[in-house]
Amino acid sequence: MTEAAAGALRRSLNLAHPDEIYNAIVDAHKDLDDEQCRAFDARLILLLVNHVGDADAIREALAAARPEGEGKPNDR
Amino acid sequence: MGSYEYRRYPYRRPAELDGKNKRHPVVIVGAGIAGPTLALALAARGIASIVLDEDDTVSFGSRSICQAKHSLEVWDRIGVARRVVEKGITWQQGEVYLGDRPIYHFDLASEAGHKFPAFVNLQQYYVEEYLFERCLAEKLIELRFRNKVVGIRQDPESASVDVETPDGCYTLEAEWLIACDGVRSAVRHLLGLPFPGEAFDDQFLIADIRLASGFPKERRFWFYPPFHPTNSVLLHRQADDVLRVDFQLGRDADPEEEKKPENVDRRLRLMFGPDVTWTHEWTSVYTFTCRMMERFVHGRAIFVGDAAHVVSPFGARGGNAAVADADNLAWKLTRVLEGNSPASLLDSYCSERRAAARENILNSTRSTDFITPKFPASRAFRDATLALARDFPFARAMVNSGRLSVPTVQPGSPLDTPDGDSDWQRGPAPGSAMLDAPVVHDRGGFLIDHLGQGFTVLCFAANAADLPDLPAGTAGLMVGCEGPAPAGWTSLDDRDGLLERRYDGREGTVYLIRPDRYIAARWRRPDAMAPASALRRATGHG
Repeated sequence: MTEAAAGALRRSLNLAHPDEIYNAIVDAHKDLDDEQCRAFDARLILLLVNHVGDADAIREALAAARPEGEGKPNDR
Repeated sequence: MGSYEYRRYPYRRPAELDGKNKRHPVVIVGAGIAGPTLALALAARGIASIVLDEDDTVSFGSRSICQAKHSLEVWDRIGVARRVVEKGITWQQGEVYLGDRPIYHFDLASEAGHKFPAFVNLQQYYVEEYLFERCLAEKLIELRFRNKVVGIRQDPESASVDVETPDGCYTLEAEWLIACDGVRSAVRHLLGLPFPGEAFDDQFLIADIRLASGFPKERRFWFYPPFHPTNSVLLHRQADDVLRVDFQLGRDADPEEEKKPENVDRRLRLMFGPDVTWTHEWTSVYTFTCRMMERFVHGRAIFVGDAAHVVSPFGARGGNAAVADADNLAWKLTRVLEGNSPASLLDSYCSERRAAARENILNSTRSTDFITPKFPASRAFRDATLALARDFPFARAMVNSGRLSVPTVQPGSPLDTPDGDSDWQRGPAPGSAMLDAPVVHDRGGFLIDHLGQGFTVLCFAANAADLPDLPAGTAGLMVGCEGPAPAGWTSLDDRDGLLERRYDGREGTVYLIRPDRYIAARWRRPDAMAPASALRRATGHG
């Protein structure tokens, strides 16, 4: 999707200190094994999704996060 | 096993075996919940029917136990609801636990002022017993036990069924053949009709036990309880001190092993502790499917309840949907049989109840996916939701142990007249079920007491002069009107103001309510022709 076609999901930077936040997320996973990572990420996603609260933005994010060639998020 | 005494209902030699043949308006196959409910709803409108059942007793096992408010409202009109309420366990609250800690509480009837509670738990055999008794006392219904359908032929005008009895075979001809014969519908099989859907692998153990307990009258659901740490458990109270305990077993359980009394007792002992004693009422290991026929009307055969659609048990959407099907069909079939509506009115039974079945399957599948996650990421999100639920209210709302049956919304039905006014703050829109409310009247203290077998016009007006003309065949209910009621109208006193509030009933507001208590149309101030025009549309003349 091009910038022009963007909808509810923000595509430009929305963080004052992007490097800090990025590293905070990565560091939070540092001592977790794969299963713990998955559980951690699930909790984090749910917390953030509820905070965002915008169903259109969430659906766009679900589509955007899905790597190309791996089907649509609803193909289950 | 069990304390319920299964009485055998008498088989009588059908007249057709002695050459007395005639075409019947309605033949119903299957005497479970749907069939007798439909027969009684038809009889209340003067339509005779024959109900065939291959067995001669009620459902074996307690099976469908959660009878929803909307089903009780249907049974109220056929004289069965009071017995169900008196015998059953009334409840409206639920508690969900993670481990032994409560994480989510729900109340299904947060507001008072309804004739019936959110739910009454009563074993299916009692419900069927009460329905059978009413059918057997009803002259327009012939309930034929040990009559098994083994063949079907259809032509454009009728359907014929071949019926096997202890005295031999006969053929019965009907204008309409109604299949209420359950998930393994013989009618569906004989007509070779597909039943597409999804099967689920997880196994569940129902242990219905008789145990006098001090449990509150509520639904309880545990994820990972200490007494069953790998899975979930559901607990309901039923009549006669019977408890429904439903253990999730997972995919790999051996059903024969699990059913053995010593293994069931071992699970129950962990749950109830060393000092409690119980007796077994019914034990069953089940898996479930979600399926729906592509059409519910095939020529002269119409499918109702589990014969047409099945869901998982989470949410009590099986038996209750069957009752709603029967209620939707009864008035339409009556109008078609009496020549007051074209047969195409029955197409709306299919479209409306298929929409309802889709909604039920969607809800039930979502609950199932939460309770029995099918892949690792699904389980991770489920467990994340449960973990967050303790501290974060938003996550409690996501905990899905079953979304309990409420009347489905049937939007976009061709029978409905869409809203023309846009200033509705509240109130049931066309396609939604009506809302009950208390009224003051000597013929009944609730709005639903004043709805008959036909269409109802509900009008909020201070002066009788402002009432709309009643279309032919409708009954009028007027709210807030001084002075005597004109012919055709009943004046209701909205003492608590709940009618006005629930219907956003400002001066001049008019609702057209269908015989199945769904809203067909509503107006702020209808013009003179609007109610009659909406009634034509709602009766298949639109």
